[in-house]
Amino acid sequence: MASTTLTIHHESGLHARPAAKFVKLAASFPCAITLRNLAKPAAVAVNAKSMVSVLTQGVNKGTQIEIVATGEREDEAIAALIHLIESNFE
Amino acid sequence: MSNPAPIQGLPAAPGVAIGPLWIHWPDEVVVERAQARDADDEWRRILASIEQSRQQLNELRDMAEAKVGAEEAAIFEAHLMFLEDEEFISTIRQSVFSDRLTAEAGVEVAVAKYAEMLLALEDEYFRARAADLKDVGQRLMRNAGGGGSGARRALTQPSIIVADDLSPSETIQFERQFVLGICTMRGGPTSHVAILSRGLGVPAVVSAQVTLDASLDGVLAVLDGETGTLTIDPDGETIGAAQTRRAKWLSTRARAQSVAHEPAVTRDGARVEVVANIGNQRDAIAAMDNGAEGVGLFRTEFLFMDRASLPTEVEQIEAYGEIARILAGRPLVARMLDIGGDKPVPYLDIEHEDNPFLGWRAIRMLDRREDIYLTQFRALLRAGAETPDFKCDLRIMLPMVSTMLEIERGRELFERAQAQLRAEGLPFAEQTQFGIMVEVPSAALMAREFASQVDFFSIGTNDLTQYTLAVDRGNAKVASLASPYHPAVLRLIKMTIDAAHEHGKWCGLCGELGGDALAAPVLLGLGLDEFSMSPSAIPALKAAVRERSRTDCVEIARRALSLATTRQVIDYLSV
Repeated sequence: MASTTLTIHHESGLHARPAAKFVKLAASFPCAITLRNLAKPAAVAVNAKSMVSVLTQGVNKGTQIEIVATGEREDEAIAALIHLIESNFE
Repeated sequence: MSNPAPIQGLPAAPGVAIGPLWIHWPDEVVVERAQARDADDEWRRILASIEQSRQQLNELRDMAEAKVGAEEAAIFEAHLMFLEDEEFISTIRQSVFSDRLTAEAGVEVAVAKYAEMLLALEDEYFRARAADLKDVGQRLMRNAGGGGSGARRALTQPSIIVADDLSPSETIQFERQFVLGICTMRGGPTSHVAILSRGLGVPAVVSAQVTLDASLDGVLAVLDGETGTLTIDPDGETIGAAQTRRAKWLSTRARAQSVAHEPAVTRDGARVEVVANIGNQRDAIAAMDNGAEGVGLFRTEFLFMDRASLPTEVEQIEAYGEIARILAGRPLVARMLDIGGDKPVPYLDIEHEDNPFLGWRAIRMLDRREDIYLTQFRALLRAGAETPDFKCDLRIMLPMVSTMLEIERGRELFERAQAQLRAEGLPFAEQTQFGIMVEVPSAALMAREFASQVDFFSIGTNDLTQYTLAVDRGNAKVASLASPYHPAVLRLIKMTIDAAHEHGKWCGLCGELGGDALAAPVLLGLGLDEFSMSPSAIPALKAAVRERSRTDCVEIARRALSLATTRQVIDYLSV
């Protein structure tokens, strides 16, 4: 299992294009990947490969999220997602 | 007895329509949570429906992109992502196999589950996605029912469409030939339906207080997109008046449009480029509709205004790319950020200045903010990157240049941006031209020296006029002195064009003067290569060019420039 906690700095949070890029990148890995909005204590981790699920987390700018990957290429997946978020979804 | 009292709404797209009403009923599929006999059968229906929906959404996206633009097309991209969503599909699957529900009921359950979660969020953006999800669900249910998206009553004769509201996909799917006009009960002048109607050239009224009633179907009505009224069952007099106005609208539109898309060629065969000044995507669409051969001034400020931080490189690429796609390969002259003390932008630390037009603005600000400068170059270059189905004739210019140093520095950064992108292996527009605005008198006076350093000039006559004549255009007491017809301004324009041509470069003009038919003979005579103006001025300017011969214009320009006062120039040209 690999995981990371980081903050979304993109102006629009995990909306529209950033969300689409995040989901598409997650979906390109074989391992299971989940996302959790740490700003909402009650929120449960959801499938990061599902646009609908990611949207239901309501991740806005400045929100801290936790990403967990389990399975094949888990470290690589986490590294790629961190890179995407840190490069502000370029 | 007819009742001609008009129903008042808001004008949304100009024009007048006379014809039968056609009521567009919301075609919501309502399902009961019914049990199915064979889960495998239901699941097969779902899979077939997903595939069919995918094809429809792909077509809608292409249609929207072709008819309206990339912004509208993005709506359908989002729908496609929902259609492929792992969790959404797996929820449907579970309903079908574990709860033994029908295909339609399974979709309903999945939509309800996620829509409810989205609607519980505070942010308006997420709540609005619930509507998108419902749309996708409706499509899946319709397709699962085997009815296809055409299951609704088809529009078969020219009609005025009346609806509670129309989604972009509904608006775009009507056969254009059968749409006389559009009237909706909801929406404002900037709603999707209003923008699409204007783009399609269909008269439209929004926010009209009509009661949707089956008995209205087929009833004759008059829709006036200029006054924003719908008259149901009009009397003879109303119809007569509407016919006159409709005929006038059609003939004006036909006259302008029939020639707007033809090139502007003088009687003796000289062709000039007639292009548009734009500030956003909507302007770009208007420019194309009015026959612009490209864009001569793309003001990039819109992207930097009304926000709390700098737009990122990616955000800029997306915004520029959308404009470039609308232009579809036509020339696009983008002006680097032109912001100063007159437009306060909090995150740029531009302080209030007593004299912002002579202050720290445009190139002077960029020179000290290498981060902004370089990022904008990179974003523009990347947005213009050629792909198999996309090409961009990109040209970038610096605003408010007054010294050679600014050009050298600009070129150095322009080249550095290209070198960076090459090193990073990122595709970009390799053939991009590099130019400057000539809007400060020193630039016009030094045009000969500057011309060797650039690929083109674009003369900004509004600022050139105020700087040459020392007139603040915003000061009512002196504003009348600010005329680009002043011989001093015309002489600077001539110096600039001549200098460009001596070096084999082209010269355009993007101030108000460019779209002024009165100035056209002078500018033609001076040899201007490109006229840039607001989109709506294009048809008339092209007509003005066609009336002239360039040879005659050379003489007109010579005479005009020899006169001593603004009044004399205007009087001479007005004859």
